[in-house]
Amino acid sequence: MKSNKRLQLIVPLIAVLLGFVLGSIVIIVTGKSPGAMFLALGRTMTGIDFSGRADLNMRYVGEFILQALPITLTGLAVAFAFRTGLFNIGAEGQLMVGSLAAVAVALLVKAPPFIHPILGILAAMAAGALWASIPGLLKARFNVHEVVVSIMMNYTALYFVNWCLLQFGSVDRVKTPEFPPSATLKSHFLASITNGSRLNWGIIPVILAVIVFWFVVEKTTFGYRLRAVGFNKDAARYAGMKVEQNIVFSMMISGAFAGLAGAVITLGTFNFGRVLPSFEGYGMDGIAVALVGGNHALGVFLSGLLFGMLKAAQPLMQSQGIPLEITSIIQASIVLFVAMKLGIEAVLDFFTAYKRKGPAMAAKMGGKK
Amino acid sequence: MNLLINMFPIALMFSAPIIIAALGGLFSERSGIVNVALEGIMMVGGFAAATITVILEPVLPGWAPWIGMLVGILAGLVFSLLHALASVNFKADQVVSGTALNILAGGVTVYLAQIIFHQQRTKSFTTGLAKISIPGFKDIPILGPTLFDHVYPTFYVALLLVLLTWFLVYKTPFGLRLRACGEHPQAAASMGINVYRMRYMGVMASGMLAGLAGGVMVLTQDIQYTLTSIHGTGFIALGSLIFGKWSPWGVLGAGLFFGFSQALSYYAKDIPFMAGLPQEFFYLFPYVLTIIALILFSGKAVGPKAAGEIYDPGKR
Repeated sequence: MKSNKRLQLIVPLIAVLLGFVLGSIVIIVTGKSPGAMFLALGRTMTGIDFSGRADLNMRYVGEFILQALPITLTGLAVAFAFRTGLFNIGAEGQLMVGSLAAVAVALLVKAPPFIHPILGILAAMAAGALWASIPGLLKARFNVHEVVVSIMMNYTALYFVNWCLLQFGSVDRVKTPEFPPSATLKSHFLASITNGSRLNWGIIPVILAVIVFWFVVEKTTFGYRLRAVGFNKDAARYAGMKVEQNIVFSMMISGAFAGLAGAVITLGTFNFGRVLPSFEGYGMDGIAVALVGGNHALGVFLSGLLFGMLKAAQPLMQSQGIPLEITSIIQASIVLFVAMKLGIEAVLDFFTAYKRKGPAMAAKMGGKK
Repeated sequence: MNLLINMFPIALMFSAPIIIAALGGLFSERSGIVNVALEGIMMVGGFAAATITVILEPVLPGWAPWIGMLVGILAGLVFSLLHALASVNFKADQVVSGTALNILAGGVTVYLAQIIFHQQRTKSFTTGLAKISIPGFKDIPILGPTLFDHVYPTFYVALLLVLLTWFLVYKTPFGLRLRACGEHPQAAASMGINVYRMRYMGVMASGMLAGLAGGVMVLTQDIQYTLTSIHGTGFIALGSLIFGKWSPWGVLGAGLFFGFSQALSYYAKDIPFMAGLPQEFFYLFPYVLTIIALILFSGKAVGPKAAGEIYDPGKR
């Protein structure tokens, strides 16, 4: 058990390392220089220009944290469902209906400044939960696989939300009217300390969400029941837990996290609802964040920062001539390597055995695994 | 009636890639590996086919799209090896590994498009795949205009592949071994079947077919490859596989059903009671329909028993 805990930390680290190595190889093979990528990452993380001029611009740091906010939330969403043994690939759609609800509250409800964004956030969480309850119910009631249903729900959400947003009246069919000042999460203070970045009060619900996730999953009997269902459905049922009900609840809470992400984007980063031509990938980012974070609150928080940094560095890389899609390639390789956990563990076991007992014994043990 | 006849060629065009990709899923799942990466493999195949077509069109007009599709098959095969490696050798969770491939496909194709074409999509090809009419057959009343006049040859390819799949999976020793690995790999192994090899073959077959499906889709329904060219068709194919109860003929029926549902949105404005509905409704129609089909049929349909499970030779 002791070594298990250690592996939980080592495997994601190895995966991240291998992901960057593979990304660098792709850049070299296509005739570019990986140095530019690491300079861009360094600048995004610290605001310092390492290429020689030693110039500090906190705006990069602000945008980096801004990018980390929604994907930390979708990461929590995916992680929460994972803990109950469910694969919520539908965070993207839940996020979109969440933003729709936030737009509706911002434009249709009148409320004082502090209360208005809170109402928007609550509506977004409820909408996300409702949307996620559909694959949850279908899984619990008809045993339909949640992956295919969730993806179909994503496409449904895309077109449904677009149609709804256009009903608010739009000049260019791309965005809704701007929100009244009372509804926004924008912050002059946070923008001013980060040299005019778009960083906003959305950071507070995100931090709260991480804490709530940790508390619910690790410290409550409700969380324990959900984890029990995730570990072994039949055992949980035998112990008297309502498996089907827990599946639906878990999906709904997962959807609420994703819906919150929609509110943070809509009320914080932008100040209007956006009609989207296609997905933005927040759901897929969330899967990567959850897997690398080991489905734990702190892990999700840290890997949210990692992938937020990759996302925020995209424009800098593109301006250096490295296609920004390199970040998706790195992200996907990291997910793939984390998925190969059992395989990596076997390789690690092999090396530990090799060090201790020499090659012959190691081959025997490696073969056993 | 006229409308229905007009709809046929379009519906067949939409059905072909769904059927071909779903057959790919069939090979993989019958061998015991769930393949949610069909979407990503289609993207890679579509990108490869479009790129080759753009490059070869000026030199070999007419042949270019066919060579493009062959390269699409190859690209799909190579890409699917990653899924095989992760889920057969490295014991990865198959759904997670498939999801990783889907993310990777979006990254790799657009990255390469930027390297090759200096934009986030391929250049557009001039004709893509040409429609054909079969002389003699096209003059048959009703059947002629529905199946043989101005249709893409891809649907015939899909039909041939259905037949071939049925023969391979149900009438050959290879098919029996493949299915055994998907039902009870330990029992198969005890009879001397190499489970790892059969699963590799299942995944590779799914890579080739999904790669072809991607090429077919881009070359008949698009003018270039973009990030959204495949827009969920791989997942609809996965739905067709469940809906079609993991059998080639079921897949054919399910694929046709989804093809028609997509063709419906093309002709909606000509159907009186549908003309007033917003365009977005027709965009989301096939996806909602997939969910409904899954609800109606998935309870009764049971897939290969060991699909999705990590193979543990020691398990009894």
